Amino acid sequence: MTKEQIVLQLPYTQPFLFVDKLEEITDDGVVGKYTFRSTSEFYQGHFKAFPVTPGVLLTECCAQIGLVCLGIYLMKETTLANPTIALTSTEMEFLQAVYPEETVTVISRKIYFRFQKLKCAVRMMNSKDELVCKGRISGMLKAS
Amino acid sequence: MKKENGEIYPKLKEIIVNYLPEDVSVTNIQLDSNFTQELNINSANLVDIVLDVEDAFDIMLENEDMDGMQTVQDAMAIVERKIKEKEA
Repeated sequence: MTKEQIVLQLPYTQPFLFVDKLEEITDDGVVGKYTFRSTSEFYQGHFKAFPVTPGVLLTECCAQIGLVCLGIYLMKETTLANPTIALTSTEMEFLQAVYPEETVTVISRKIYFRFQKLKCAVRMMNSKDELVCKGRISGMLKAS
Repeated sequence: MKKENGEIYPKLKEIIVNYLPEDVSVTNIQLDSNFTQELNINSANLVDIVLDVEDAFDIMLENEDMDGMQTVQDAMAIVERKIKEKEA
């Protein structure tokens, strides 16, 4: 399964797709990129006259790349078709603000994938290679 | 070293307590308590309980063991069997 096929398999679309492309994916982890577009509607309200990417969307971007893309890849390895992935927990720390048109890189490392639960350690870097946020994200994978 | 029932239960209970939802009291943990229905532990946390149990007793559980682990008693039986298998 190619990196492009994994992105196409994601169950998201605009305006809630936060993955542009994957740079590498293995059984142990994934690296992917996303550019936050200034045209996104949420910038009109977060904040008033001062657009900053909401932390929940940074978390979402980390989860889509770090957990869901990796989950789809791992499920294919175990021959389960059409996986569904339910987010079960996130614990995140935020260190830098992300402004419109910033390109971020999400680096995710598998902590474990057992009994259909995938837990990952994720990091998001900005284009200056500074740490934006980091944490742990888990989800349950099921064949639908 | 053989671990008796009496040693398994307190250790197991200690692990379960960490994943108990706030609205479920520790006194609710009984041998016949069902993890998901009575103790209100979700499937994601049940996986973490199993992983902690593996570490605590130095055993390895399989998918079938997980499927058969409905109650605290089930978990005890699985741990006991795994310890026996290991020592055999």
